[in-house]
Amino acid sequence: MIVEATGLHKAFGSTKVLDGVDLHVAEGTVFALLGPNGAGKTTAIRILTTLLRPDLGSVRIAGYDVVREAAKVRSVISMTGQFVALDDQQTGRENLVMIGRLMHMGRPAARRRATDLLERFDLVDAMNRRVRTYSGGMRRRLDLAMSLVSQPRVIFLDEPTTGLDPSSRTTMWDAIRDLVSSGTTIVLTTQYLEEADRLADRIMLINGGRVAASGTTDALKSQVGGDRLDLRFAVVADVARAAALLDALRGTDPLVLGIPSDGSAEHLHKVLDDLRLAGVPVVKVSSHQPTLDDVFLSLTTTDRTSIQV
Amino acid sequence: MTTTAVHGGARNAVGDSLTMIGRSIRLSRRNVDTLVMSIVLPLLMMSLFVYVFGGAINTGTRYINYVVPGIILLCTGYGAASTAMSVTDDMTSGMIDRLRSLPIRSSAVLTGHVVASVTRNLLSTTLVIGAAIAMGFRPDATVTDWMQVAGLLLLYVLALSWLAAGLGVIAKSVESASTLSFLMLFLPYLSSAFVPTNTMPTFLHAVSEHQPITPVIETVRGLLTGTPIGTIGWIALAWCVGLLTCSFTFATWLFRRRTRG
Repeated sequence: MIVEATGLHKAFGSTKVLDGVDLHVAEGTVFALLGPNGAGKTTAIRILTTLLRPDLGSVRIAGYDVVREAAKVRSVISMTGQFVALDDQQTGRENLVMIGRLMHMGRPAARRRATDLLERFDLVDAMNRRVRTYSGGMRRRLDLAMSLVSQPRVIFLDEPTTGLDPSSRTTMWDAIRDLVSSGTTIVLTTQYLEEADRLADRIMLINGGRVAASGTTDALKSQVGGDRLDLRFAVVADVARAAALLDALRGTDPLVLGIPSDGSAEHLHKVLDDLRLAGVPVVKVSSHQPTLDDVFLSLTTTDRTSIQV
Repeated sequence: MTTTAVHGGARNAVGDSLTMIGRSIRLSRRNVDTLVMSIVLPLLMMSLFVYVFGGAINTGTRYINYVVPGIILLCTGYGAASTAMSVTDDMTSGMIDRLRSLPIRSSAVLTGHVVASVTRNLLSTTLVIGAAIAMGFRPDATVTDWMQVAGLLLLYVLALSWLAAGLGVIAKSVESASTLSFLMLFLPYLSSAFVPTNTMPTFLHAVSEHQPITPVIETVRGLLTGTPIGTIGWIALAWCVGLLTCSFTFATWLFRRRTRG
């Protein structure tokens, strides 16, 4: 485990922000910390990256303790914060070279590294322009490039795509996948389920400073049950007749019934045949696979539940 | 994956500071507001005092010969205010976290700002003196006098820049940094910078005699106009050294405290 955190507690004044969080990340994987605003994601990341001391608990990154060996930890990690940290009045290239120099690279090495990264993040055309002229997507890319100057083993990304348009978001995702394929470990926070679903090997859901659930994406989805068929009827009377026939769940929509399903075609046939024999017309059928949204909603609305998968 | 960075010795500390100084100077060169503050403002102030107020102020000498040191110190105040603002800008943007997560000495960040501030002040002071000479300022100083003036001003600017850096660390926003710097801008008016202090009410007179700006101004004025300065030079030196020690300690302590987490 390249990141090992146990029993993290942090309070600001009387507000408990983290209330006993354990977190383990295997080298070369993507770990997503998922939660609503104010769940404690950023605080957790700041502790993991030596920027904040935990009140209780310990963190080791690549074997180094974040409090006692902060300098060593800093030499193996990099952090990209929630808000882009760039000098607007410097060019993209100057920003990168500056970081290289602060990593104690020689000037030629820092310049070479800057050029490599500019190429990799498709910023060569803009490299001699001041950053204030960059678009949102370009700024995020440069920001990520800034954290890669040092070739870190673990990269922390705090909400890497918040506020980006869909196409910039896809570009960011590709860049993150690229990093993983070169063996880098990534710990990211996000409030987008889709992002966690697409990128992460393991997800930890936190809410109110506690771990609500953690595990692989598939394991988390199976927590909220299997597939479901949603049947839509034309009139409420039909809904009642169908509900008497089938083992059904009622949702918020009075014209829709949810039927637990194993997802097979055979089950779908049987349900529709039963309804036809009983003379209940179905207007529409849709099959519903559990999404992380379901997990998210079911766990963040009842906040004392804790599931370990 | 290789790791190129190591937390290093004195050579790295110097290198880090140089990198941060380069950054801060580049940023102030490109920031139009700061540039205007350090170049146009001194010239405007100079013209204002010499041509608008100067005629009506009786100092016993030609007013321009009297007022130059005051303008220099007033501009130092404005320079310091923009230093405080740029420090706050770093502290409140994500930049400080990025810099802190690098294996560098944290003092390098403030050193960068302070050296850039001193450089800006050097520029504006040179400009003020140049413009003053064009406007009729005739200093009567030897090379040694000039060197003493330069040394004292450098010390004063350094002290004020560290003070500004400290205020920049405290301030929660760029606007409040500018408000906190108000005192540095206001003190020159309560000194012998623009008018002799003997016309002030007793209370103000006492204030002006016991604040750092009056002795610094009297010393610079004395040296430039070739009049004897007596012990006031030592008082000015003591103020500057004391202020520098306090503000350096204050700024670096605050910075460590704010960035410790």
